[in-house]
Amino acid sequence: MTDVSAGDGPVTDVPPPATPRQDLVDRLLAGDRRALARVLTRIENGDRVGAAASARLYAHGGRAHVVGVTGPPGAGKSTLVGALIGAYREQGRSVGVVAVDPSSPMSGGATLGDRIRMGAWHGDDQVFVRSMASRGHGGGVARATTDLVDALDAAGFNPVIVETVGAGQGEIDVAALTHTTLLVQVPGTGDAVQTLKAGGLEVGDILVVGKGDLPGAAGLEADLRGMLTLAEPDPPSRRAVPGQDAWPVRVIRVSAQTQEGVAELADAIDAHRAHLARSGEIVTRLRARAEATLLARLRALLEAQVAGTTADRRVADAVAAVAARTRTPDEALASVLTVLAERGAPWAGAAANNRSASFGRR
Amino acid sequence: MEASDVGPGGAGSSDVWGARDDARARPIKVLVAKPGLDGHDRGAKVMARAMRDAGFEVVYTGLFQTPEMIASAAAQEDVDVVGLSILSGAHLTLFPLIMDALRERGVDDVLVVAGGTIPAEDLAEVEAMGVAAVFGPGTPMRTAIQFIRERTPRRDEP
Ligand code: B12
Ligand SMILES: Nc1nc2c(ncn2[C@@H]2O[C@H](COP(=O)(O)OP(=O)(O)OP(=O)(O)O)[C@@H](O)[C@H]2O)c(=O)[nH]1
Ligand SMILES: Nc1nc2c(ncn2[C@@H]2O[C@H](COP(=O)(O)OP(=O)(O)OP(=O)(O)O)[C@@H](O)[C@H]2O)c(=O)[nH]1
Ligand SMILES: [Mg+2]
Ligand SMILES: [Mg+2]
Repeated sequence: MTDVSAGDGPVTDVPPPATPRQDLVDRLLAGDRRALARVLTRIENGDRVGAAASARLYAHGGRAHVVGVTGPPGAGKSTLVGALIGAYREQGRSVGVVAVDPSSPMSGGATLGDRIRMGAWHGDDQVFVRSMASRGHGGGVARATTDLVDALDAAGFNPVIVETVGAGQGEIDVAALTHTTLLVQVPGTGDAVQTLKAGGLEVGDILVVGKGDLPGAAGLEADLRGMLTLAEPDPPSRRAVPGQDAWPVRVIRVSAQTQEGVAELADAIDAHRAHLARSGEIVTRLRARAEATLLARLRALLEAQVAGTTADRRVADAVAAVAARTRTPDEALASVLTVLAERGAPWAGAAANNRSASFGRR
Repeated sequence: MEASDVGPGGAGSSDVWGARDDARARPIKVLVAKPGLDGHDRGAKVMARAMRDAGFEVVYTGLFQTPEMIASAAAQEDVDVVGLSILSGAHLTLFPLIMDALRERGVDDVLVVAGGTIPAEDLAEVEAMGVAAVFGPGTPMRTAIQFIRERTPRRDEP
């Protein structure tokens, strides 16, 4: 361990913190940003200290408006988040940010390059930006992203913004953990047919035409508005509260470079929050978020169980057989289920029996 | 120093980088920053890439970082390692300011390493400031990676 104070005499020169052994969570709640950073690390790592901290912090959360920012790689999400931070700071609001970039499936490493675009907020303790790697999790966010958001919420940041991994038509998990989802699209990536496709566009509460200073931005804006007019006024997928008007999805052209549209976007986010409260849709969203969170935890448990089976000889043999095409993937699955059942997953035994029955008939 | 040093295809394969350190609860998290008015970012990028391929999580903050920016990023990101890349010759001025800024933010348990053009006669002074090691031009990247793996403090205490 490096003693960074080595050049300036003994460590005792540094004034000790007021209560050195004070609990990390207490310090976090008292506004200690270093303690917050430490707690985020433990939560991200999923260790016992982190789990205990999350549990204590949960009661302090629920105040922040949580905004998701998603869109394709390089669309300008981080730069836009930086511009929004500026808008919120002008209004005197604090801002927490969790920015996710992808982990390498090969090395497990990551380059976290979102922060560099968000501007320089050092010296302003009302802005807290935390980068995290996806660590193999799909859906555009990391497994612990929602817990980090909750911790920033508990620390008093409002709003909290989540930037996803560069995402496209499939990775829409962020919508389940935020109140307002911004979908950033940029000119030059397709035509009106793209705007008809399922995925990201469906979850955006506000469709942002990013890099609005570039040629083609006006065309994209028109395409997106056109797409919205094709929809029924209240399509079932928008999950409005019965008897209440659905949120009219907005299209806003923004340039983080010229700042054009940034203030309008910040206002639209507030308007969406007001709509959620007024219409009662916030209740539906919070339930959906809770459900998504619980299911994600269940999935994580199951995935950990499943991952553990690959060490078993029988599973390795099944893998080899599938690779050699002497067994089909469905047939090989039976071996995995058997191993899972032995490792204490009773449902796997039942599933294995069903499967072997149906394969017997082939 | 050419990019071929980064290793085959960024696979982070064990023959190049050594086995992955599975004993750690998480990947080593490193801040790579270029302090001051110094536009030479090739070395920092090459190192950031090599560290990614070695399985580290690298927060890349890029050019023109002030000591306060570096310390603030290190504190919020809670990195294990701060990597400074400097080819401007201003290390004797900037490094003490950076070390002070880190201390002020309570970042007192990170490994600080540096790279770039730091002349041999300055090494003792730089190390006395608390920089654990300096990796100059031509250092094989695995040397720096190995050093970081071995010397990064473990912080698993409650
Ligand atoms: C390429 C280069 C440039 C390019 C830079 C392109 C770029 N985007 O990076 C250009 C042409 C723009 C340039 C401009 C200038 N340069 Co110039 N440049 C160089 C040169 C020839 C090579 C630098 C390089 O890229 N090396 C390749 C990389 C991979 O190596 P590296 O940076 O050393 O990194 C390695 C290690 O140092 C270490 N490392 C580096 N960072 C880090 C970080 C961590 C965490 C770790 C662990 C390790 C590590 O690992 C890397 C791999 O081994 C050097 C000479 C030299 N021998 O270094 C001069 C040099 C750095 N430049 C110099 C000067 C003076 C300038 C200019 C002021 C004007 C000029 N005379 O050309 C301008 C200033 C630009 C600016 N805004 O700051 C001087 C600096 C003198 C000093 N320190 O006192 C040098 C030393 C040349 C000299 N002998 O005079 N330059
Ligand atoms: N012309 C123009 N360029 C922009 C604008 N916003 C961002 N950019 C540029 O677009 C590039 C990518 O910006 P980022 O903010 O990093 O994009 P991102 O979507 O966060 O990227 P990933 O996180 O890698 O998916 C950078 O070179 C920005 O300078 C804008 O409003 N106009
Ligand atoms: N300028 C230019 N436009 C192109 C080129 N190739 C395709 N396009 C246009 O880009 C738009 C999208 O093309 P697609 O082939 O549907 O793109 P895609 O990647 O398959 O789209 P998704 O399946 O929606 O991801 C269409 O308007 C094409 O006409 C090209 O080489 N140059
Ligand atoms: Mg980004
Ligand atoms: Mg990103």
